[in-house]
Amino acid sequence: MVSTYTNPEYPFVRSPDQDASPAAHHPVIIIGAGPSGLSAALDLALQGVATVLLDESNTVSYGSRAICFAKRTLEIMDRYGCGDRMVEKGVTWKIGKVFFRDQQIYEFNLLPEDGHKMPAFINLQQYYFEEYMVERCADFAHIDLRWLSKAGDVQVYPDRVALTVTTPAGDYPLSCDYLLVADGAGSPIRESLGLEMTGQVFYDRFLIADIVMKSQDFPTERRYWFDAPFHRNHSVLLHKQPDNVWRIDMQLGWDADPEQESQPEKVIARIKAMLGEDVEFEPEWLSVYTFRCRRMRDFIYRDRVLFMGDAAHQVSPFGARGANGAVQSVENLCWKLKRVLSGEAPPALLVTYNLERSHGADENLLNSTRTADFITPKNHISHVFRDEVLRLAADHPFARPLINSGRLSCPCTLDGSPLNTPDADDFRPQMRPGAVCRDAPVLTDGRPDWLLRHLGNRFTLMVCGGEAERRALASFPAIADLQLLTIGFDCHCALPGTRIDDVRRFMQSAYQLRPGTCYLIRPDQHVCARWRRLDLASVSTAMARALGRSLHSHGAAA
Amino acid sequence: MNPKTLNTEPNFASPDDFYAALNDLFAGANDEEVERISARLILLLANHIGDLVVLTEAMAIAGSIKKAGDDPASS
Repeated sequence: MVSTYTNPEYPFVRSPDQDASPAAHHPVIIIGAGPSGLSAALDLALQGVATVLLDESNTVSYGSRAICFAKRTLEIMDRYGCGDRMVEKGVTWKIGKVFFRDQQIYEFNLLPEDGHKMPAFINLQQYYFEEYMVERCADFAHIDLRWLSKAGDVQVYPDRVALTVTTPAGDYPLSCDYLLVADGAGSPIRESLGLEMTGQVFYDRFLIADIVMKSQDFPTERRYWFDAPFHRNHSVLLHKQPDNVWRIDMQLGWDADPEQESQPEKVIARIKAMLGEDVEFEPEWLSVYTFRCRRMRDFIYRDRVLFMGDAAHQVSPFGARGANGAVQSVENLCWKLKRVLSGEAPPALLVTYNLERSHGADENLLNSTRTADFITPKNHISHVFRDEVLRLAADHPFARPLINSGRLSCPCTLDGSPLNTPDADDFRPQMRPGAVCRDAPVLTDGRPDWLLRHLGNRFTLMVCGGEAERRALASFPAIADLQLLTIGFDCHCALPGTRIDDVRRFMQSAYQLRPGTCYLIRPDQHVCARWRRLDLASVSTAMARALGRSLHSHGAAA
Repeated sequence: MNPKTLNTEPNFASPDDFYAALNDLFAGANDEEVERISARLILLLANHIGDLVVLTEAMAIAGSIKKAGDDPASS
């Protein structure tokens, strides 16, 4: 098979910890340098927290796994400082075609949404995603990334976590205040602690084939077949990745023999039937997978071990919610962990990681299960409805939104979180407490810029200008961990914090701004409170609430 | 079962014409066609109504013939 990518080989470097006695202690150790572990290291580094990141291998993902990264993930990557590179390398498609048997049912064009720095999604092989993050980690002296270092023998004590690291140079012990576990769906650490996951197995198998097209001219469009004529009664997805690599995701059914179905001759014959005899290609990666939708009941074990990504929650691949959901979980956790470590927030704040991300995990599970049920109808009558939806969609646009071949991951709104301060003033639900901030084009010092570049890592108080606010801001006290962002002040007066201008009025409508409107925004760019008037006491109370100071202690976590 | 939003009061301008048309629709259809026609009709009308509250109330009345125990959610 051909290969468009050569995995980097990262060296094993002997750590001074290997010779330490007693065992070296670190505030945070992360297990697994995949999308979740790398995100956690970068997020914590940006907030000044040193981490040790352990990975048993010496390279990034083998073969292409996750390939679709949604806007919210890219915004988070932009905060980490590697978003631009991903977008530059990634490909995006606009034309999508849906087929039912031998008929093209309809074609759609995803017009880009104006007013966001990041596109709705990109397709990018997971190995590039990881490689760019690994390279970004090198910019931080306080990320200690250790390759060929396998963690095991985890012991949890009330005041610390101990573990053993196995390396080519022998074993050594380590301890930490908090252990972040991101060692994948099969999570050896989760298994070793005897922690269960609940959920369901889907009785279906899929074949992934990544192929390299000889010609550069194959149209960049997504094609999805229901009941494909070249693969009867099964669905097939074709879409593009960078390097002229195309992903084919072919449903095989539960009874298929995975060994036999992934024989190159058999796969190649199927792909020829799909693309036409004259399209030349070479396979780069073939694998058969089944999937589970399941999650841990509690992502936190005995207050000190925090599970992330696939180790904590797994979904079907439909809708690209695995890696995208994982990165959102990580960013939810890291700002909280930082503030618990610094003593700014009580340990109970960490409990809300489980609470808020359970909400996200459940939403992802629900969406991907619904897609699975549309692609593989569970019974006869579901099949009848599915097929009629597809047939009607050819001539009747109303049926098209019912077609579900995957719903792209959208950031979830943390409704009902105890960290939110519910609206007391007059606002529409859009951008309510719990929502992730929508990006907007702004001007900073007269130069084009983006709103989200000014949010994150710290709390932000965003104040929309008025005369009363100008006076209030003049005597606004400096609050540690809170930065000020001012918008729409007409005056040339001196104001504290960063000043941006909403010249294109995107913010005015999205955030329902008028003079006096204030938003308090968490370090993970979620709104936690908003008001129509600036009031220092309300801001302090809302910030204390967002830091979990009004939560009851987690004490009894088992 | 008391629907709050779904109109279950008479609403047909000419009930007999509707009923005849409904029967004509299925006349001569085999079992497979009956299923397909029914499914299409439900989908078209459901979209026209659009309001999930109305649709859920209608589905609750339609589904009430299911024997208790078949569906724990319907009891």
